[in-house]
Amino acid sequence: MKALSQRRRHPLAAVALLLMGLLITGGLYMAAGSVNEAKAATGYSASDIEQGEKLFVANCATCHGLNAEGTADGPSLIGVGAAAVDFQVGTGRMPMQMQGPQAQAKPVQFDDDQISQLSAFVASLGAGPAIPSDDVLDTSQGNSAAGGTVFRVNCAMCHNAAAAGGALTRGKFAPALAGVSEKHIYEAMITGPQNMPVFNESNISPDEKRDVITFLKEIESQGSPGGAKLGSLGPVAEGLFIWTAGLGIIIGFTIWLTSRPS
Amino acid sequence: MSTTTEYTPKTTTGRIANFVDSRVGGSAMVKEFGRKIFPDHWSFMFGEVALYTFVLLLISGTFLTFFFDPTMTHVVYDGSYNPLKGIGMSAAYSSTLDISFDVRGGMFMRQVHHWSAILFVAAVSVHMLRVFFTGAFRKPRELNWVVGGVLLILAMAAGFTGYSLPDDLLSGNGLRIIDGVVKAIPVVGSYISLFLFGGEFPGTAVIGRLYALHIMIVPAIILLMVGIHLFMVVVHKHTQYPGPGRTNDNVVGFPVGPVYAAKAGGFFFIVFGIVAAISGLLTINPVWNYGPYDPSPVSAGTQPDWYIGFVDGALRLMPGMFGNFSFEWLIPFPWGTNTLSLNVLFPALVPAGIMFMIMFTWPWIESWITKDKREHHLLDRPRNAPFRTGMGVAGVISYCVMWAAASSDLIATHFLVSLNDVTYWLRVLFILGPILGFIVARRIALALQRKDREIVLHGRETGIIEMAPEGAFAERHEDLDAYKLHQLVNYEDRKVIPAQPNAAGHISRSEKNRGALSKFFFEDRVAPVTPSELAALKAEHGHGPAEVEGSSSDSIEK
Repeated sequence: MKALSQRRRHPLAAVALLLMGLLITGGLYMAAGSVNEAKAATGYSASDIEQGEKLFVANCATCHGLNAEGTADGPSLIGVGAAAVDFQVGTGRMPMQMQGPQAQAKPVQFDDDQISQLSAFVASLGAGPAIPSDDVLDTSQGNSAAGGTVFRVNCAMCHNAAAAGGALTRGKFAPALAGVSEKHIYEAMITGPQNMPVFNESNISPDEKRDVITFLKEIESQGSPGGAKLGSLGPVAEGLFIWTAGLGIIIGFTIWLTSRPS
Repeated sequence: MSTTTEYTPKTTTGRIANFVDSRVGGSAMVKEFGRKIFPDHWSFMFGEVALYTFVLLLISGTFLTFFFDPTMTHVVYDGSYNPLKGIGMSAAYSSTLDISFDVRGGMFMRQVHHWSAILFVAAVSVHMLRVFFTGAFRKPRELNWVVGGVLLILAMAAGFTGYSLPDDLLSGNGLRIIDGVVKAIPVVGSYISLFLFGGEFPGTAVIGRLYALHIMIVPAIILLMVGIHLFMVVVHKHTQYPGPGRTNDNVVGFPVGPVYAAKAGGFFFIVFGIVAAISGLLTINPVWNYGPYDPSPVSAGTQPDWYIGFVDGALRLMPGMFGNFSFEWLIPFPWGTNTLSLNVLFPALVPAGIMFMIMFTWPWIESWITKDKREHHLLDRPRNAPFRTGMGVAGVISYCVMWAAASSDLIATHFLVSLNDVTYWLRVLFILGPILGFIVARRIALALQRKDREIVLHGRETGIIEMAPEGAFAERHEDLDAYKLHQLVNYEDRKVIPAQPNAAGHISRSEKNRGALSKFFFEDRVAPVTPSELAALKAEHGHGPAEVEGSSSDSIEK
């Protein structure tokens, strides 16, 4: 102990202290960060990655750069993980048709193998969220009521309480969630595509994410208990209906009632 | 000592009827009221639609009170709707879910109640538009117009208090906006809010209070107002569109008994049937989608029911900042600094305030400008009062712009445009729309009047081209039949009345303003075809319009 205190005024003491501090904070950050980080590219073969790179260079590099480092037209993909690729390419949002307020879903351009190869390549660039396992997507294990609560608190302000979608600023929007697969819903939550925030695993746990998916699938499959749901758009659709169809029918009857034989 | 003249019925039914009649005097009432004449026109029936939907509201509402629990007691839901099972919520929301899923016929009754509510307010509004555009509010009906306006406000109040009762997320967001508007009132706002909600929003009292208003106070006042409204309709007699034999002193139509009573009774069941069909087929206010109220979440696409939409729209249109000019001011008072949030207070109160003020005072404004203090029982066709039609259209447009603004998010997503652009354009339309609407509507009305004049003077174009013996081509014009002609020439010709000096020979300032307004409204006008013009036409062509049956006499029942 004495030796240490004697050297506390050594010219390199400050540097050593700084180094120690950095190592400790960095180490802690790594430990904390890895909680949220699905395991890096595991299970992908070298040939997958190689094929994926070819596909990437041919289809994605124009905007994302030859090494996925990003350009003025597209962000860097290093560290976005396999889940981001699987979501963006698997829902047809990527490759993007054109620059706009946000990438629109459109018919998927690659088959499952190609998507998997692309995912493998991007996952090999840096650790990021992996494609979720079937376990966290199994809605038979989820609780829809708990999921509904999580959904209303975290998702409904953009996606609407009935998941019918909603507008964001300057032409951006949160899409309706009916017909989106369990896997893509999960991937959207962990990767935060377009304007969506990332809901990491300390924010919404994998079990809660499964509950949310269970809730969405249940309200989608149960149909509308009260009759045709008019798009689940709320009072605007109801008001529009009564002012057009409702009053229209009424006016038809009033004209009939007050007409006289001519 | 019985008199010999007393009527003795022969059948059992007759005896019972006579027993009741001789004690209640029903036949005298039927004799008086049953002979009331109501003119027939489809546009006269929206008031009836409003009345019938109100009856439906009373019936379905009574059913709902049997099962609704208007308290905010915390309960854990254990009904049949799985996605909410085990969730903590208020008893109000839980019982609304029970009505929807566990009470037999409850879902249907809830939907009947809500669909008839929004149809009720729509029918009241269309009825008022009809009264406005046809000038039916003129003397002696000004007060009934005001009663109608009060009924519109009451209908909105009934609607909003009902909309808030289920205590779901959507209605809670609506109450939150009300809370925000109340709190924007300077100095006393926060105290009023605390008073309304019985503590800090949302508190535990507001549902019970709204319930008392919704099922008791507001419907009772509506019933009273409906009574006054109908009484005045009977006293004033119904207005009618101009036509041969229809004068300012008579009413042409069917008597209440038996024709009109049968029609009106049947119409009630038609309205009932339409509402029931809509309620059975289309869902309204699916409260189970929204979840229990919790002040933290706000769903996208949160809007009020349509009749409150214009206030919501005004709030959405209002900029919080205008360039560097903020609408939120801090006002130093001796006791501290108070915030004056004009960005909330102004849009929430001013457009609605101006709209209702103009609406209520319009009968007097119009008679002041036109100096017309006569009684009017004949209606105007909207084209024959271009100034009023223009004003009405301007009002409708400003309402509709605010209305559209309340659905700006849905316009953005469904027409694939930017939400910001929708708001900017609606702001522009809010300022320019009413002005353009006034000009365009008045021009269209004047053009239609000119077209009418043309048709009267030259007949209807038949599309038949005739060749004269000398080879000239001409289109044959057909004379109008007498009824049509009567409609096109008999309307009130309003002219500019310049400012008049008073008894002392002065032209007062208000009279000058009146003269200017009169000039603005009536400078452009199309005069109706005069009898002398018609006579000249007749002499020229040798074939004038035929005499109209009954037009010269008041022989029709008054």
